Amino acid sequence: MTVTNPDKIVFARMHHPDAHTLGGYLATGGYTALRKALGDMTPEQVHEEVTASNLTGRGGAGFPAGVKWGFLPPEVHPRYLVVNGDESEPGTCKDRQLLERDPHQLIEGSVLTAYAIGAENVFLYVRGEMALAQERMATALNEAYQHGAVGERIFGSDFSVDVVLHWGAGAYIVGEETALIESLEGKRGMPRIKPPYFPAAKGLYFQPTIVNNVETLSNVPWIVRHGGQAFAGLGGGRATGTRLFSLSGHVAQPGNYEVEQHVTTMRDLIYDHAYGDGIRDGNEFKMMVPGGVSAPWLFEEHLDMPLDADEATANKTMLGSGAVVVMDHTTCAVRAAWRIVRFFAHESCGKCTPCREGTTWLERILWRIENGAGRPDDLDLLLDVCDNISPGLDWPPKMTTICPLGPSAPSPIYPSINKFRDEYLTHIKEGACPHG
Amino acid sequence: MADTQQASETVIVTIDGRSVHAKPGEMVISAAERAGLYIPRFCYHPRLEPVGMCRMCIVNIDTGRGATLQPACVIPVAEGMMVDTVEAGVKKAQDGVLEFLLINHPLDCPVCDKGGECPLQDQTVAFGPGESRFVEEKRHFEKPIPISSLVDLDRERCILCDRCTRFAKDVAGDPLISFVERGNETQVLNFPDEPFSSYFSGNVVQLCPVGALTARPYRFKARPWDLEAVESTCTSCSVGCRVEVQSTQNELVRLVGIDADPVNHGWLCDKGRFGYEAVSGSARVVDPMVRAGGSLAPSSWAAALTAAADGIRSAIDTTGASSVAVIGGARLTNEDAYAWARLAKGVIGTDHVDAQLDDGLPAGLVQGLPRATIDDACSASVVVLLGPDLKEELPVLFLRLRQAAIEGGVHLVEISPAGSGLSPYAMVSLIHAPGEAGAIGQALASGSSDDVAGVAAADIATARDLLGLASGGTPADVVCVLGRPSVAEPATSVEAAVAHLAPAVGSFKVLPALRRANVMGALDAGLAPGLLPGRTSLDSGRQTFTQRWGSVPPEVGLDTAGILSAAADGRIGALVLLGADPLADAPDPELARQALTAARYVVAVDAFHTASAQEADVVLPVATIHEKDGTTTNLEGRVSTLGHKVTPLGTARPDWAVASELARRLGEDLPWIDETEIWTELESVSACHTGITLDVLSDPAWRDGVPAPIPAAGVTIAGVGELPSGAVAAASDEAAGEGDGGSRAADVGSAPLSERPSPITYSPSAGTPELPVRNGYDLRLVAGRRLYDGGTAVTNSPSLAVLAPGSTARLSRYDADRLGVVDGDRVRVRNARAAHELDVEVSGLVARGSIAIAFGQPDGVAASFIDGIVTDVTVETL
Repeated sequence: MTVTNPDKIVFARMHHPDAHTLGGYLATGGYTALRKALGDMTPEQVHEEVTASNLTGRGGAGFPAGVKWGFLPPEVHPRYLVVNGDESEPGTCKDRQLLERDPHQLIEGSVLTAYAIGAENVFLYVRGEMALAQERMATALNEAYQHGAVGERIFGSDFSVDVVLHWGAGAYIVGEETALIESLEGKRGMPRIKPPYFPAAKGLYFQPTIVNNVETLSNVPWIVRHGGQAFAGLGGGRATGTRLFSLSGHVAQPGNYEVEQHVTTMRDLIYDHAYGDGIRDGNEFKMMVPGGVSAPWLFEEHLDMPLDADEATANKTMLGSGAVVVMDHTTCAVRAAWRIVRFFAHESCGKCTPCREGTTWLERILWRIENGAGRPDDLDLLLDVCDNISPGLDWPPKMTTICPLGPSAPSPIYPSINKFRDEYLTHIKEGACPHG
Repeated sequence: MADTQQASETVIVTIDGRSVHAKPGEMVISAAERAGLYIPRFCYHPRLEPVGMCRMCIVNIDTGRGATLQPACVIPVAEGMMVDTVEAGVKKAQDGVLEFLLINHPLDCPVCDKGGECPLQDQTVAFGPGESRFVEEKRHFEKPIPISSLVDLDRERCILCDRCTRFAKDVAGDPLISFVERGNETQVLNFPDEPFSSYFSGNVVQLCPVGALTARPYRFKARPWDLEAVESTCTSCSVGCRVEVQSTQNELVRLVGIDADPVNHGWLCDKGRFGYEAVSGSARVVDPMVRAGGSLAPSSWAAALTAAADGIRSAIDTTGASSVAVIGGARLTNEDAYAWARLAKGVIGTDHVDAQLDDGLPAGLVQGLPRATIDDACSASVVVLLGPDLKEELPVLFLRLRQAAIEGGVHLVEISPAGSGLSPYAMVSLIHAPGEAGAIGQALASGSSDDVAGVAAADIATARDLLGLASGGTPADVVCVLGRPSVAEPATSVEAAVAHLAPAVGSFKVLPALRRANVMGALDAGLAPGLLPGRTSLDSGRQTFTQRWGSVPPEVGLDTAGILSAAADGRIGALVLLGADPLADAPDPELARQALTAARYVVAVDAFHTASAQEADVVLPVATIHEKDGTTTNLEGRVSTLGHKVTPLGTARPDWAVASELARRLGEDLPWIDETEIWTELESVSACHTGITLDVLSDPAWRDGVPAPIPAAGVTIAGVGELPSGAVAAASDEAAGEGDGGSRAADVGSAPLSERPSPITYSPSAGTPELPVRNGYDLRLVAGRRLYDGGTAVTNSPSLAVLAPGSTARLSRYDADRLGVVDGDRVRVRNARAAHELDVEVSGLVARGSIAIAFGQPDGVAASFIDGIVTDVTVETL
């Protein structure tokens, strides 16, 4: 066990009951980073600190934020910052906690980022189902305007930026950044074709746009206060700083945990008393979703994998949105896979043929197997349909679709067939689920 | 030089090991196709923005960072790009997509209209699996459901390619169909209680790559393998969209748009697409009819022709050739029109000939000003809209200009007595009081600090800025779309505007917006008072045509309004209606009635039993378009060939044959045995048709039609490229004025250029009649047209006839509020001539003080009010 216990960064205020209010935020060092940046730092210096921190995107793709900001074409205005608060990956609930419990931290991080990249407007897209988060964000934003932290001439400086709140309408796909941009523009939430490959070139209203995740931006005030090097001093490899994991499933102590990357392992997260505290009821570990249900499953042999995106890639999966779902030996692998694929089938936007048709087909085959109507050929069929959505069934996935939603559906299927083929065959032979 | 240019404009990519020269910005799929490598596709369409959603065209593309599967329809070519369309992984991905498309497809090909010409079927037969691996129940929807009165939607067959929805939103501007639901439940649908009532709805049927969208007029009429087809030009209006005309068993069943780059981009309006129904309709005249004992009775051709010739001969003998008049001709082919021009002006000797029905513009105004093509308009910096609502009258020109305004940066300046379908895309719409366009033109030319004719000074200033007429500006090069916005105001209104604007701007070219099918061809053939074939005047052409024809009329004749007045006064001995129905079409139907009654002898040459034909003394049945060969001329002056697809109904003959027979009976043998001989004669004498020989017309390079006059050498025509050498040679002779016919192709019998009469020039007059002062309680009438009206084509096409909206009283919000009425209220509209109860339609397109009532609706309401150069009506609440 190598559990470290560094000072919390994004969760520093979680023990303050009124951290979501302006008073509570100011009492705990709030908006000092913004005052510092606007008073003493150029936008380039803020950008450099974030680049030096090697802060990576916490939404799923894990791209370095400072590098992404650098993709903006110079001198093209207006340009926008879009905050992706459409947290929808099953098992993930960290952004929601940040939005509900520390909204000013996100506002401060967003304004700092807008300052760094020269954005004229910030659009804060909050998932439609998060009622409390919407209320807290709206209240905090009003307070921030009154406090002078947002709007015209922030804290008396020459820098002005507006933050526009937008509530989502209930589609998982809008977590994909180009679909989110379409939704913001008032259109159907469907991913855009590529090219253009990055919203940084052509994004919202076809202007240069940076889309960052809530947790990513919530790190920025700390980085500005303490310096990029301090952040980079935590963790290791390319996985610097701390990050949030939403631990759920069959663990004794589920919850959102801020852990130091790279030095902490998956086993620490699941078994340490400070975090998951082991499998519930003393049951046996069977499998886990390591980073949101889009990530291919991991098994017992992977427990000592460090919490580091590169390590996850080496194991042909990802830490994605940081949602770890643990399943114990009472779980039916077929039923678990079916439940996840059903989610993707339900959430497919319908744009690309392989995803629209394929995810539903996979769901129905899995449903047949789980309910005793499977055929021996179905496993090959499942794998071949998966292959037609994500050729080669590799990680990072190859895609016959525009966005990764379709290729996410195979993530629970081929690892579980590879690992638990006998369990699938038992379903088919016995005509029923052995787990009842 | 040419090579350097080629190099800088070419990107070299490797596709399946072949080096392919592509255009910068071109998508891989089209570069491959031009190189002869067809990549399968469903959602991609060259005239629509790519969406990359069917994923059928997925291929391996390597731009230096390793090959990845990418849809060829959204990836632009890049130098050094390597594309592999046949590798095993590509084939597996494509086969996978095809299987995905098929798992929920009903495979009801045997009862599907599309079966036999279906890309999904073809693709499946060629590459698809023999058996389905999908054992689950397929997706079900109610099938089919009507989304409009013309189009049915079968959502089970739909493969969700987004073509129809993209067309509706992006091309037509009618976003009335859309995706609803999502994922596996995604479907195309119209909005509740709102049909897909687009003028362009038939295009989505043509675009649909499966049988999901079918046209109700065509459903179950034919199987594609039983269809016979010819290329032709649509003659529903004067845009001249290229079409494929399809029939089975000698019955017309379908028109399909052909992508003519300079004209219609493959689109058709629904009136053009479905108007073929009239051809086999019950209102066709199938036998000659001669009035006997007060009523028309079927007759033999010999007897009817003799009767008609006698009627004309008697008029000539008793009151002179100038007591014979000919109205109409815009429905005819170019050859028909020339034959009738020669009969009327050369044989009979009358100049009282007019192809327009007093609802157009003076022939000189449209013929005598520099002409623009549609492409010229779509690439102009400023287009002045000084004519009718193009969406209603020339729908595909509306599509072209809409696209040019949205994507091409063309600035539209609208000058009109009522807003139009293009108003939302115009930079500024100057909606003026009826009849006062001249005042607007003057204000634009010389500036105004006051409001003019109801138009705000600020809007005039904006327009002046756009036209480069504001101080410090450079006068813009302008294309003016010129027509008659309202038959309740005089043509002098727009003419005066032209007179002020044309000299003020940088350059001024005209795209005539006269709507009747071949009105431009008829004018080019000389069917107008004072004109002779080739856009030449009676005087300029006198010598040439006297030589060719024997004689020409001594002096300029009357236009239709003049002819009708003369007839009503008893001064017309024989009146020939050449496919004209003045009782239904003339702005003054009362005058038309008096004229038909008072004319001593009336000959109707028509394909339909129109109201006017019923009043004739003899009716000679003629073949319609699709029943005869020939050429037609669109509003650009573009000459294109017509397809002869079905045999004429009954004993109908082409109009030129009728002219020839009448000429013989009047003592002169016109020497033609078919329409090609007429064309050859026309080409040999006309100043504007020089070089447009039969060879040029049948050259595949000129498939989209040949602009008359033929463009000068060195001009590259979009979609054609370099001009064919024969044409270039002819054109350069023309341009240089050398008069040496020796180098011209197919010039047998042509008059030397020096002997061809010169084209007319025209100086528009700024003079306008003084308008009466409008009483403060009255509203001034604007009478534009709607696409679906009481005209012959619509009335006799059952699918379209039901779409004529009928007359409503369209009022501005201000006047509606003043009267205390809202949408749907009934009001009484009256003036000294008529009174009608109408429904109110409150419209942002109507100016304060005006009332818009569509002209030409089957109820004839608008025409019944028209009583002067402008018409005022009183609106009373009930």
